[in-house]
Amino acid sequence: MTRISKRSVIKLAGWSSLAAAAALVGCGKKEEAPTAAAPAASAAAPAAAASAPAKLKVAFAYVGPVGDGGWTFAHDNARKALEKELGDKIETSIVEKVPEAADAERVFRDMIGQGNKLIFGTTFGYMEPMLKVAADAKDVKFEHATGYKGADNMRTYDSRTYEGAYMAGVIAGGMTKTNTLGVVGSIPIPEVIRNINSFTLGAQSVNPKIKTKVVWVNEWFNPPKETEAAQSLMNGGADVLMQNTDSPAVLQTAEKAGKYAFGWDSDMTSYGPKAHLGSAVINWAPYYIKATKEALDGSWKAGPDTWWGVKEGAIDFVSISDKVPAELKEKLEKAKAGLKDGSLVIWKGPLVGSDGKEVLAKDAVADDKFMKGITFYVKGVEGKVPSGDKK
Amino acid sequence: MEALAHLLHDTLNAGTVLAFAALGMLINERSGVVNLGAEGMMLVAAIAGFAVGVHTGSDWLAFAAGAGAGALLAAIFGVLVIWLNTNQYATGLALSLFGTGFSAFAGIKYTQEKLSERPHFEIPGLADLPLVGPALFKQHPMVYVAIALTVALAWFLYRSRAGLVLRAVGESPESAHALGYPVRRIRLLAVVIGGALCGISGAYLSIVYTPLWVEGMVAGKGWIALALTTFATWRPARVLLGAYLFGGVTMLELFLQNQGVEVASQFLSMLPYVATILVLVLISRNATFIRVNMPASIGKPFFPGG
Repeated sequence: MTRISKRSVIKLAGWSSLAAAAALVGCGKKEEAPTAAAPAASAAAPAAAASAPAKLKVAFAYVGPVGDGGWTFAHDNARKALEKELGDKIETSIVEKVPEAADAERVFRDMIGQGNKLIFGTTFGYMEPMLKVAADAKDVKFEHATGYKGADNMRTYDSRTYEGAYMAGVIAGGMTKTNTLGVVGSIPIPEVIRNINSFTLGAQSVNPKIKTKVVWVNEWFNPPKETEAAQSLMNGGADVLMQNTDSPAVLQTAEKAGKYAFGWDSDMTSYGPKAHLGSAVINWAPYYIKATKEALDGSWKAGPDTWWGVKEGAIDFVSISDKVPAELKEKLEKAKAGLKDGSLVIWKGPLVGSDGKEVLAKDAVADDKFMKGITFYVKGVEGKVPSGDKK
Repeated sequence: MEALAHLLHDTLNAGTVLAFAALGMLINERSGVVNLGAEGMMLVAAIAGFAVGVHTGSDWLAFAAGAGAGALLAAIFGVLVIWLNTNQYATGLALSLFGTGFSAFAGIKYTQEKLSERPHFEIPGLADLPLVGPALFKQHPMVYVAIALTVALAWFLYRSRAGLVLRAVGESPESAHALGYPVRRIRLLAVVIGGALCGISGAYLSIVYTPLWVEGMVAGKGWIALALTTFATWRPARVLLGAYLFGGVTMLELFLQNQGVEVASQFLSMLPYVATILVLVLISRNATFIRVNMPASIGKPFFPGG
């Protein structure tokens, strides 16, 4: 779910030097929206606040608007859960639509200036600006989502979204009539390719005849194009769709065409009640609560990186449709239980790539390093990974 | 065969979004005013149309709301640039920024909403023909409206007196003024109609094409429409063809991926823009042709009596 080139892709459009300027200015205006809850709480009892120990100030930088219905929405829900859990000890604030560029650094410095001692940056592109700021503000703790660099006061957290993709695959494999699944891919980076593969592996676990078609849109968020991609997949015979893009457009398109699809990142039932088979969701709350508690009691230390999945409650598959037959639901529950207790390992050999070569020997289990460098399709996914899979 | 029919169908559908906005901008620019606010107007119209669609369940009311929203924004823009002579480019950009922000704000409550059941359209009899049936005769009525509008606009510009006056205002506002035509009011009318058409395009996106509301959903189509008017040298039939071409290349990108053609998808994503640049280059080689078709006073303020 990294956001490497959302903006650079937007800029690709020829005439968009204008559009890009527009985006930057547009973002500038939206900064520093404090939460409604925090001021209300401090206004209620100013006298008490004076004597009580100062609250820990926690800030969140989001790449999208809270209303995106997907990625950022999920982060903000977790922030609300954090406030609910530790509201008497902390005070949170957010800044939406922070661009993944030099602007982010200024936003982080502003956050420090306002006395925040724990800062969460929720997209890949904040890694470098955060590192820079972290070097200057040793007393502030930094948490960065989906990156790979850290410092003494900065660490990385991520979630195993591919486990959600696998569970969606289990349902998709059981629900397809044409044995053809379709995935709308965003940007061909290992994380997204891993999700496509896991989705396919999940489907193959219940239906070995499955093949998966992939159409890349090369953007994280472009609803019209996501719609077009979904349409072209259905034209090509796919009857269950999945997406690794940020908007609910794919689900909505499936709804219109009478096919099936899933929600991604957040529960998207309301966007297509008939097409929606279930949502693979990320719950960041357990990690936010754990990290904040550590910062409160002084046990916070940099590293090792956190990569949580179903086991830790960070990934779940929810709102399963009534259209899913009971036996298929059972298979899903079994997979979920397996992921939870560790008895089910998705990336385990023997595993064959789409070119027929073995990528994982029998009984070999992929480690995290392997998982983070996946640039090939597994058998059953049609076509080739763009930007050339290495041989 | 079936795949080809789908490709054609989707091409016309995608082209329609661009065609409405670009035809609107064409009328607008033919009067000598450039409105860079297309993207913003489309976004505001998209949320206005979507909101009305959700509450009333009527597509046609939704289109009316979209057109109204676009026209209203365009009217504000028109008063600023035509009477107060603010810089057209800066004002248009401001309108675009405002539209983007305002639609996001106004649309907060609608991100989770959904429209009622979408009706299917087809022309009885013709829709059953092989290939052309599903490609041409199972479209939303607005697809045909776009074609009719193109024909009507071509007739209006080149065969009617009012069209001649509009072009005169765009070529030489001073002369039109000297002949007694109300240049400013004509320009405002052209700007408002342009805004209304952008509005219809925005509403088509949110209630027919995608159909949903999410922030920033127009995703650059307004800018493409603006480029299309230049690309088509301000002639209606070319605007429509250009819109279909651009839509077609976009769909082709996804179609080829789906057919398993081994071309890097990043390269395919670039194609519509490359095609646009190529055509622009080809057209620019003939400088006279552009000069003949480009409204001479485009982008310049007009001061009556000055």
